[in-house]
Parts: sequence; structure tokens; C-alpha cells
Amino acid sequence: MVTFQFIPYSDIETLTAAKRVNKLLNIVKENRIVIMEGRLRKEEEADLIEITMEEISQKFKGIELSVIYPDRSKQSGVQKMKGAFATVLLGDRQGLTIIGPASIVKKIEKNPDKIELFTRELNGSKRSPVKKLRRS
Amino acid sequence: MAKGFFKNILKRLQFNPFSKKNHVKLGLYGPPNSGKSTLANRICQDWLGEEMSTVSHIAHETREIIVKEQVSIKNKRGKELTFSLVDTPGIATKIDYEDFIRKGLKRTEAKLRAKEATKGVIDSIRWLDNMDSVVVVLDATKDPYSQVNITIMGNLQARNIPVLIAANKVDLRKANLEVIKAAFPQYPIVGISAKYGKEITDFYEQLFKLVK
Repeated sequence: MVTFQFIPYSDIETLTAAKRVNKLLNIVKENRIVIMEGRLRKEEEADLIEITMEEISQKFKGIELSVIYPDRSKQSGVQKMKGAFATVLLGDRQGLTIIGPASIVKKIEKNPDKIELFTRELNGSKRSPVKKLRRS
Repeated sequence: MAKGFFKNILKRLQFNPFSKKNHVKLGLYGPPNSGKSTLANRICQDWLGEEMSTVSHIAHETREIIVKEQVSIKNKRGKELTFSLVDTPGIATKIDYEDFIRKGLKRTEAKLRAKEATKGVIDSIRWLDNMDSVVVVLDATKDPYSQVNITIMGNLQARNIPVLIAANKVDLRKANLEVIKAAFPQYPIVGISAKYGKEITDFYEQLFKLVK
């Protein structure tokens, strides 16, 4: 069974960068796949990779990570302004971040418009995609 | 005493801002097995006549930062560019020692390689702040939309570090330069084969634009 855990942006909004990363990583280490509203900052993504590497053991092999984010180059001026205004008021809630343990998630394939998440069978073979997310 | 005073001034002049170019750190970044060390070797072979790193078909062959000081290259007009070349371990989000066993390593070797590889990834990320310019080496036969690639590019952008993308392995049939151009339209991209030296002259010309 694969368990997904949704993390609303409000759950991480007030946390420091280190606490955000640790919160997400702790959930992933419990063999759950995180679907987070919004995205981490670039530096936090690098921190997430760095802390993941520190935590790697025989049991925990690392993570698979993917972010779907609206392509701003395709947005109109009004949409960009609305987005910037919302970000200032509410934080950067646009997009979705998916983080799964590498022992369960074999790979996350992404092209600009969709994400396909492949999970591992217990014997290590690859399943067909279990989750497809399309960007609106 | 006067002699000592002038000596001191001359020594200080060596560290003037005009000599900064000689201390430029050019980093080679990218995911594992994209060809960073092959490119480092190509550059060092072409301009120093020696190799810099070992290469392997097994991922995470480079597990420590390797620096080659004082690499000087010349362009077609005879202009010279000197930099320290920094070959970094590939950045990954997962490392499984069993993958190395499947590639033929013994269990103890595989575990050690995995342990060293995790440290290598951490070092690569920490060294980002030391770089003046970066060549991101991507495997042109692979999907460029991986989050590792996007995270590397995002972190370089956040640090205002000039970037050149070297889309490596264009000698292979599966290579698709257009997909990489579509994924990163805001960056200069040069398709190369570090192994065979294909388009390497173009790459050197692009380096001059990168390290201004």
C-alpha cells in the first residue's frame, strides 16, 4: 500500500527553513509520499538534498522529488501580477511538491504539463504509473 | 628597510583586482554520470597535456571535489583565460549501495562507495558558494526535467553565478539537444561530446563569454 500525506502550505508557512525540511523528511522517512501545497525555496531544495544525504543509511536510500509549478512565461501580465500579489499576501502557494522515499518511489517523470510517479514492487520491479497529475 | 617596503608593495599589487581573473573558480556541476570528469579531462588534456580525474561507467566515480589550479586556455584570437577548474561529485537525491552491487562491486566496496558518494553530494552543494562561474554538464540522452537539474540551476541563479550548459554525449543517437534547449531556454547551451572532443572548440569560445 502506498500512503500519500497532504501538507497544506499553512502547515509549513511559519516554520524556519531547517524545520520545514526536517518536517518533510521525517514524513518521507515513515515511508509516506508527501504532496505539499506550494514549493520550497531554491536554497531549501538544496538543503533538503544535503540533509537527505546525511540521513542515508541501509534502510533509508534517499528521496525522489518533483515540483509542478505554473510556467510563468505562458502567463499574461494580469496573471503574473495576480500571482505576485498573492505571493506577497499569502506566501508562494503556487505549484505542488511531491517527495517520496526512494525505497517506494522508483522515479518521478515530469514533462512541463504532467507528472508520472512510478512505484517499486516489493521485489524491486517497476509498476506502471500510479499517479498522474496535470497542471491546470 | 626601503627594499623591504617596496617588496611588500609589489607583493600587495599581485592581489590587485585586475589579477582576479587568474583566480576564477570554474565549477563543473551536474547529475552523476553526465560526463563532468570526462569534460575535466578533455580540458586538461587539451591545455595541460594531462588528465585530472578518473572516469567510470559506474555512477559516483568522483566522490571528492578535485581542483586543478591555473588552467589557461586560448581562443581563436589568441586571448587567454586562466581559471581553477573544479570537478565536483554528481548531485543526486538518492544513493543505494545495492545499485553498485548490481554494477559488479563487492558488498563492502559498494557500501563504502555509497557512503563516500553521500559526502560528495554534500560537498558539491556546499562548494556552490565558492564558484565564480559554472558549467552544468547534462547528459543529452537523458530527460533534462529532473528535479536535481532544476534545483542546481535554481541555486546557481539564486547566487547570481553565470552558467553555461554543456549538453554532453551528443555523439550518441539518443541525444536530443532540442529538449535541453526547450527545458532551459534562458541559458546558453552548447552540445558537446567530451569523450571524442566534438564541438569542443565551440565550448571553449562559450567559456570566454561565461568567464568575463
